[in-house]
Amino acid sequence: MNRRLPEERLQDFKEVATGLPEQTAVLEALRCMGCPRPLCVDGCPVSIDIPGFINAIADEDFRTAARIIKQDNMLPAICGRVCPQEAQCQGTCILGKKDKPVRIGALERFVADWERENGVEPPQTAPATGKRVAVVGSGPAGITAASECLRAGHQVTIFESLHEAGGVLTYGIPAFRMPKDIVRFEIEQVLALGAELHLNHIVGRSVPVDELLAYDAVFIGTGAGLPYFMSIEGENFSGVYSANEFLTRVNLMHADRFPEFDTPVIRGSRVAVIGGGNVAMDSARVARRLGAQVYLIYRRREEDLPARQEEVENAIQEGVEFVCCANPTRILGGPEVQGIECTRMDMCECDESGRPVPRPCTGEGSTFTLDVDVVIEAIGQGPNPLLAGLIPGLKRGRRGNIEVDEDGRTSIPHVFAGGDIATGAATVIWAMGSAKKAAAAINQMLADTDSE
Amino acid sequence: MYRIIKRNQIADNIYEFWINAPHVTKTGRAGQFVVIRIDEHGERIPLTISATKGEDVRIVFMAVGKTTQQLAALEEGESIRDIAGPLGTPSEVKKWGRCAVIGGGVGIACLPILARELKAAGNEVTGIIGARNEGLLLLEDELREACDELVICTDDGSKGHHGYPADILKEMVADKALDAVWIIGPAIMMKITSFATLDTDVRTFVSLNPIMVDGTGMCGSCRVTIGGETKFACVDGPEFDAHQVDWDELMNRQRTYTGQEKESLEHYHEHKCECGEHQ
Repeated sequence: MNRRLPEERLQDFKEVATGLPEQTAVLEALRCMGCPRPLCVDGCPVSIDIPGFINAIADEDFRTAARIIKQDNMLPAICGRVCPQEAQCQGTCILGKKDKPVRIGALERFVADWERENGVEPPQTAPATGKRVAVVGSGPAGITAASECLRAGHQVTIFESLHEAGGVLTYGIPAFRMPKDIVRFEIEQVLALGAELHLNHIVGRSVPVDELLAYDAVFIGTGAGLPYFMSIEGENFSGVYSANEFLTRVNLMHADRFPEFDTPVIRGSRVAVIGGGNVAMDSARVARRLGAQVYLIYRRREEDLPARQEEVENAIQEGVEFVCCANPTRILGGPEVQGIECTRMDMCECDESGRPVPRPCTGEGSTFTLDVDVVIEAIGQGPNPLLAGLIPGLKRGRRGNIEVDEDGRTSIPHVFAGGDIATGAATVIWAMGSAKKAAAAINQMLADTDSE
Repeated sequence: MYRIIKRNQIADNIYEFWINAPHVTKTGRAGQFVVIRIDEHGERIPLTISATKGEDVRIVFMAVGKTTQQLAALEEGESIRDIAGPLGTPSEVKKWGRCAVIGGGVGIACLPILARELKAAGNEVTGIIGARNEGLLLLEDELREACDELVICTDDGSKGHHGYPADILKEMVADKALDAVWIIGPAIMMKITSFATLDTDVRTFVSLNPIMVDGTGMCGSCRVTIGGETKFACVDGPEFDAHQVDWDELMNRQRTYTGQEKESLEHYHEHKCECGEHQ
């Protein structure tokens, strides 16, 4: 995918990746071998008919391509942008064994963007069943579950606690990776199938639990909204943010445009971001756009970074300085942040997952300090505890996630869950995949109760 | 959009708004709060639920910052963009015996709903309210009705006891006439007032008011240290045991955006002059 020049993109929050021109998309589509047993589809959590839609692009029949994708995925413009295709469909593409895999993600995005510009054709929905489904959370999981239930003809009500729909797509992923008008557009498409959306509604509070459980089926997709902190000294100084807070201030509340928008954010002249995942990359790149010099502190080696390779490259191009094999031990200052003290880490033998275990170095030179005025902790999120704890009899795992079977069934018969609240923090597409399965189970259950 | 049903100025620069929000009033209880956003450019600010009536919720605020001044400029019948809630954990209302509810400044507004719930649970409730001067006192009549007894204090002696609610609280503690107390007001007032019950058996609750963004436990902006542990005021609180609170940390964190708040207010006034709509 083509990218805008780093010096240009640091000036704004517009999208970095520019997408494929039509000619290129068609040529790329022609590369697909059309495998009789396509491995790419196995690699896709929502099982899109990938050879099918690519074949339609090759025929320059983009309308059909869109129709094929939409059978399995109502959010293609989103997935085409944020899916880790290299580890999914493209990772299993047969062409990748000797050459480069087909750029499936870029093609998905091309089709979605084409459809958005040329008019969306709403998918067919089944006749109304009269069954009521409540969907809690309007992030990738909730929207996906809602679309599947709507297509089965059920009446769907979505509850969202924030003032805007989209969950992590709205508050978490920055606009330069996921433009907000596109998020809104794809969500609108789902709502247009007839869903009712209630913003500012906190289920368990604005919607009492008994009211929720009175629906014929419930899907919980409340996400991994609880930020973890490192529990180090100085963590509550002014200028220490969770990535969630920092990103929410900018992405949802538009603090980058303060004072035109009311919400402020400390821009910082030197910012330390702690962590090595996609959220850490997002935070670092937002901080760069706010004008700061940015260090990204990660306790393992650069090659161990869990973030997508593309995002690491973007961060490097945008001037984020990586400080690897280092672990923060203390935040200095008070009441404002003045620095961060780190210990150098040695890489030791690998753990069960095959990753080397970092151990703190000892002796002279094993600690160092960075002068920073803002610290952003991006070390992970846990399941949002608010609702799950309020539903009597809902079984939860050790970390507070909702326990589900393969089809998203919880310990309560008509309650289902999917996305990060069930699986723990994962990706947008995994959340959608699990939500799709749960919605299929809901649709099955409602069909069965009908025939009884 | 949520409509402003009623708007009153109830003290110097202090306003009560009744806003139609059935999703809030359905389960909203003492100790809980709402998060409001005035318009598309607005910030999310938390405000304690002061009372509910039917489908309307009352919020009370002093017009000191950009958002509260903009809010105060709205008229009855106009609407605000968002109101989310009820948020936070309700007050620990049960039969304590003898209770006191203490309000300082705008914090007084949090007392009516609490006093009523405590009364309904079979408690004897004394209200103690304090402000710098008479002009800043609010909701006296309502509180006189909600409490068994109401004591008024002013710093300058312009009405009631010349002094602070802490003085009255100390007397009550000395008389062993108290089982539980709620202290709600500015952080410094809550800190100092709560000294009166230190090393006593009187359960002492305070309602903390750190900076919040989402108010649902998602961002951690409102983290406070309670008994050496980090808690999120928005979901674990906002009410906590007064004697476990790290007050200095709370007050430091409240000052995080002092500069930006000033800038925001200046920008608001400049803009007001330009557009000429709000004069």
